[in-house]
Amino acid sequence: MSVVGKRVKRSESSLRVHGAGLFADDLKYHGMLHAAVVRSPIARGQIQKIDLAGTLAKEGVAGVYTFKDIPGRNAIPVVIDDQPFLAEKYVNYIGEPIAVVVADSRRNARAAAKSVEMKIKKLDALIDILDARNHPDIHLFGEDNVFKHLKIRRGDIDKAFAECDVVIENQYRTPYQEHAYIEPQAMIAIPLPDGTIEIRGSMQCPFYVRKAVTAVLGLPDSKVKVIQTATGGAFGGKEDVPSLLACQAALPALKLGRPVKLVYDRTEDMVTMSKRHPAWIRYKSGATKDGILRAAEVEYIIDGGAYSTLSAVVLFRGTAHAVGPYKCENVKVDSYAVATNKVPAGAFRGFGSPQILFAAESQMDMLAEKLNLDPVEFRRRNLLRTGDRTITNQKLQNSVGLEKTLDKVMEVSGWNPRVKNDDGIGFGISTIFYGVGLGSGGKNLARTGARVIIHGDGSVLFSVGTTEIGQGMTTVLSQIVADELGVPFEWVDMLATDTSRVPDSGPTVASRSTTMSGNALRDACIKIKSVLQIEASELLGCSVSDIVIDDGLVSAGSKNIPLMDVIKSCTIKRKPLSAEGWHISPPTSFDENTGQGDPYVTYAWSTNLAKVRVDRETGEVAVLKIWSAHDVGKAINPALAEGQIEGGVLQGFGYAVMEDMKSNSSGAIMNPEFSTYIIPTTADQPEIVPLIVEDPYPDGPFGAKGFGEQPLMGVAPAVANAVYNAVGARIKELPLTPERIWWALRLL
Amino acid sequence: MKINFRLNGVDITVDAPGGQRLIDFLRDTQNLVGTKEGCGKGECGACTILLDGKPVCSCLMLVSQVMGREVVTIEGLAEADKAHPVQEAFTETGAVQCGYCSPGFVLSSVALLDSNPKPSREEIKRGLSGNLCRCTGYEKIFEAVEVASKKMVSRKKKRG
Repeated sequence: MSVVGKRVKRSESSLRVHGAGLFADDLKYHGMLHAAVVRSPIARGQIQKIDLAGTLAKEGVAGVYTFKDIPGRNAIPVVIDDQPFLAEKYVNYIGEPIAVVVADSRRNARAAAKSVEMKIKKLDALIDILDARNHPDIHLFGEDNVFKHLKIRRGDIDKAFAECDVVIENQYRTPYQEHAYIEPQAMIAIPLPDGTIEIRGSMQCPFYVRKAVTAVLGLPDSKVKVIQTATGGAFGGKEDVPSLLACQAALPALKLGRPVKLVYDRTEDMVTMSKRHPAWIRYKSGATKDGILRAAEVEYIIDGGAYSTLSAVVLFRGTAHAVGPYKCENVKVDSYAVATNKVPAGAFRGFGSPQILFAAESQMDMLAEKLNLDPVEFRRRNLLRTGDRTITNQKLQNSVGLEKTLDKVMEVSGWNPRVKNDDGIGFGISTIFYGVGLGSGGKNLARTGARVIIHGDGSVLFSVGTTEIGQGMTTVLSQIVADELGVPFEWVDMLATDTSRVPDSGPTVASRSTTMSGNALRDACIKIKSVLQIEASELLGCSVSDIVIDDGLVSAGSKNIPLMDVIKSCTIKRKPLSAEGWHISPPTSFDENTGQGDPYVTYAWSTNLAKVRVDRETGEVAVLKIWSAHDVGKAINPALAEGQIEGGVLQGFGYAVMEDMKSNSSGAIMNPEFSTYIIPTTADQPEIVPLIVEDPYPDGPFGAKGFGEQPLMGVAPAVANAVYNAVGARIKELPLTPERIWWALRLL
Repeated sequence: MKINFRLNGVDITVDAPGGQRLIDFLRDTQNLVGTKEGCGKGECGACTILLDGKPVCSCLMLVSQVMGREVVTIEGLAEADKAHPVQEAFTETGAVQCGYCSPGFVLSSVALLDSNPKPSREEIKRGLSGNLCRCTGYEKIFEAVEVASKKMVSRKKKRG
């Protein structure tokens, strides 16, 4: 009996509802010390003096470490190595790490960290995203403060715009979005007697952590072992930044030969950890009166903060998604990730695409209105179907379920865009897409390993290099292993992800775990299954090709035996029931001069519909209901897929109407706590209708493709379009606060 | 200072600094690490415990404040290793994703159902609004509370 496609209960949920101590801060080690980080109080300055003597004398303090104590390189390697581990001469953002203090308790460590005497000469800081490019005096990165400039050049936009019947041009802005995982960042470094440093902590990407710790400590990969603990939410916020914590804990652990734990408090976490890039977008698009999108010209700037970290790859995804899921023959995109004296922005569910899709999908509705077409009909005339080419000239070969998601939303919601609603009530739609996997922006990392073993008692244990971060990977991969081996789901367990178990498998990002680790596990399972099949054919006296193994039973025609008998027989005969699996992604490409190529192996597709009620007196918007349909290829576990949709939609709802992290003119985050940075509570939740569409992806396990980020991405434009349809106010800056709507209504 | 109180069904007397936060006492001294710290300011509800049956944030309480009272943490909810119906329901409906907020949500749900055995969707939304979850979108948590409500009501009926 197959478990793929079934609503199997999550493997780890019963432990979690009993409060099992699985998270990093739940763990204790003999002799463990606690670390706290000394940070820059200003956005830009020159370090003139750091006096540690007073701090060393504080209660419980065991050591204080600066860049001078680093045995390896002073760099946190991500894409390029511009970010130091600990600041040497200059600081470039508020909260930049300068030193690490360790003490006998967390309380003493944090108190001592505040006591370090520092003299930092203030320098003029670059704060505004629009001042960054080619700033005359402040040079934070290269000559122009541009981490990366990407382009798409397709067709002839000047000619195309001249031939358009309608052309619309607007500017859009989007703010920081904070991940607000409920578990703050947490990490433990444990020095082992053989010189190995073991890292245990909350993270998405153990191999990134290993790369950083080996660089900073000057150790080989074999001497740094990184094990993921239960991770209390991530959403991109535990992609690259856990590397910082790991090094902050590992350096004192190495120096003192004692375990060191480091946990950030919520405000420290919100001030210093990565966030979604704020963005500024100029968007011009045009169509002809037959309802065809003819041209798009886009200038897209994202605020990378002080160091490049992941900005170049975030920008890559935003650029490839700049026009949305439509055919368009004439496209010019210029996108820039710029440097400012603010906290480095990084990965967040959607990775550079929610910002640009907010603009693209607002434009689509405006064009439709000018063309006197309803927004659904206009989209239908332009959306991508099998055989079409994207704006990067990628020919879509298969698994293009976009129109099916649109049909599904229209069918389930019963919405008719041509029917007028009562004043204040509006519906808004968005159709979007998501390039699955790392794509050509990270193609060298697009491989993954797995290891599967069937023990003598039939229990199955597997290891992969990707991580469980709440999305349900453990359960989905266990389902895949159970079906591939033909064993009951209950026999299968996953080991905590550990860099010493499998080869470097790249990061857990880009909605890649189901497809990449799923395929690597299939590779391993097929090898084991062939051993079982040969053994079973001998036991049953039939040919290998007649053997069927399913749910713990082996059959060949009318004969059958328990799989356990075959496993026992293999054990007695010393036949190996373990194997390593490996998967590499199909090729991708992107020409940086033209922006043409096949940037992603495949795409997931989505349609979102929002129903809102806007109060004309106060400008308040109540989002009443969101229908959200996703082509996922194949839902290995529909209940978990729904969970991804519901959770992502609510984050998208927060991004649309309330989440507003602000920095001031000094570069300080103004609202670094849950009482001032508001995320949706139970009382705010709109009704969410998750809808799954399955247009199989032939290269994915059982036809599955990744989609975990996509549910967040289409909500903000659907809500903005709904607000316009409700009261006629077109809001071009997120979030859609009462103030913005109120002002827009006054200016109508 | 000497403090007497009932912790997960057992009367205890402890010698603890009166100014110690209750969450630290539970996690560090009693090794009850199911109570999670998410913000330390009473804003996220991850550290929710039941104090005389009412949900409170243990990060905002001092251990001296529980003198003579009854504290239940997530570890004390299951009876004789049998999961509480709310814990069962959270697992069955898929209300757990990363699980960090789950102990707090489970305890707030228990308190809600104890005071209002058959809450409406709106009452659930209001009753749980002191707990933040970033993973689930809350939909399956609401379903879990509804499932648990049915389980608890039918069990009460059976008991007569």
